Amino acid sequence: MTEDEAGHSRQKEDIGMEQYLHTPLTEEKARKLKAGDYVYITGTVYTARDAAHKRMQEALDAGEPLPIDMKDTVIYYMGPSPAREGRPIGSAGPTTASRMDKYAPRLLDLGLKGMIGKGRRSGEVLDAIVRNGAVYFAAVGGAGALLSKAITAAEVVAYEDLGTEAIYKLEVTDFPVIVVADAEGGNLYETAVKEYAEIQ
Amino acid sequence: MRTIDVKEITRNIREMCIEANHFLSDDMADAIKRAEETERAPLGEQILAQLRENLRIAGEDMIPICQDTGMTVVFLEVGQDVHFAGGSLEEAVNEGVRQGYSEGFLRKSVVGDPLLRKNTGDNTPAVIHYEITEGEQVRITVAPKGFGSENMSRIFMLKPADGMDGVKNAVLTAVKDAGPNACPPMVVGVGIGGTFEKCALLAKKALTRPVNVRSGIPYVREMEEELLEKINKLGIGPGGLGGTTTALAVNINTYPTHIAGLPVAVNICCHVNRHAARTL
Repeated sequence: MTEDEAGHSRQKEDIGMEQYLHTPLTEEKARKLKAGDYVYITGTVYTARDAAHKRMQEALDAGEPLPIDMKDTVIYYMGPSPAREGRPIGSAGPTTASRMDKYAPRLLDLGLKGMIGKGRRSGEVLDAIVRNGAVYFAAVGGAGALLSKAITAAEVVAYEDLGTEAIYKLEVTDFPVIVVADAEGGNLYETAVKEYAEIQ
Repeated sequence: MRTIDVKEITRNIREMCIEANHFLSDDMADAIKRAEETERAPLGEQILAQLRENLRIAGEDMIPICQDTGMTVVFLEVGQDVHFAGGSLEEAVNEGVRQGYSEGFLRKSVVGDPLLRKNTGDNTPAVIHYEITEGEQVRITVAPKGFGSENMSRIFMLKPADGMDGVKNAVLTAVKDAGPNACPPMVVGVGIGGTFEKCALLAKKALTRPVNVRSGIPYVREMEEELLEKINKLGIGPGGLGGTTTALAVNINTYPTHIAGLPVAVNICCHVNRHAARTL
């Protein structure tokens, strides 16, 4: 059993370990997270989805700097609905991660340590997670209203013209996620489904 | 002959876009609640509880249930004795979408060209399906469709010899392939028969049927029940993180088809299966 700086961790029966994680997400912290752990993230995460990833790829191809530093960063695959007055953000749940599979290994090799999304990843991404000591988290898809409550601030930091697909810097408090793929090759989607499958 | 001003269409579509994105129909909310009672996986149960909490927050704070507020699918069943006045019906529908998505703080998720991919900025155009019926009423169904699950939908052009088992295998294959990507627990809309495009439309429309209403055709009803049981034994579970609740319902629609064919469409919807309906 491991503990974070605040010493919050505890074992919960039948569900993975509960952990409280503060960004930046260093390799050391990432390696303590195991598939099945229930993690509450506090700190800064950046959003990026299809169009922002395509632009970052084009920037790298052109030898230009990325708009955000990848080192020890967490990217949330999410495009929010517009915020009502007085709120930091609208509905804010995860989008399907596999659409970013083409781009993710390169960002992981540049220091990206955490990705939050939903759904399966490619073999290339899972390999890059292991190679770099990173982690892939799932947030609950379709729970955008609930998840928005864990976001305390949001500002666009790049590609504003992309609208909902712009890169937002988010401040989050106890943002709930589950570790799906860990640095040792663990994959909750495979192990958990097998546990409950009665037919193939 | 009854005359309806297209402004009425715009006003209703605007309201229904906002309503559908913040409130699920009672049958959907009840199905999620029931699943929480029967789910065997502790994590699965916890996720279902979060979905119930998510619905409460969405309704109370007027935050869309899901940030993917969808491409707006509109079914218009128009009585043949209705005359629309005051402008273009299609433009009136799109104006309703435009107003609803702007005033309702809904996400604009539509690109104007599938390859050039520039956002239209107002979630138009809608996908509109017109049907001419008898009488002088207009039935409007607004079903915003998220693409996490839409992307996992499939069409199978089976052979007549594949029969009932072939259809069941097709549905199970689509659900297994969808897995965690489609935001389970899912609702599975199935269209069997017709032509290539007809079966897809049957499947889409099947998603607008309440999840607690079974087909009126005895063998179809049995197939719906058997498939739901089998899907829930696949182990996928809430969020795809393992469990006994993978689907909330299988809704099947059928239509006559050609002697040489057996088209099957599987339109998968996430647990945010949104539809608002009104009759004018």
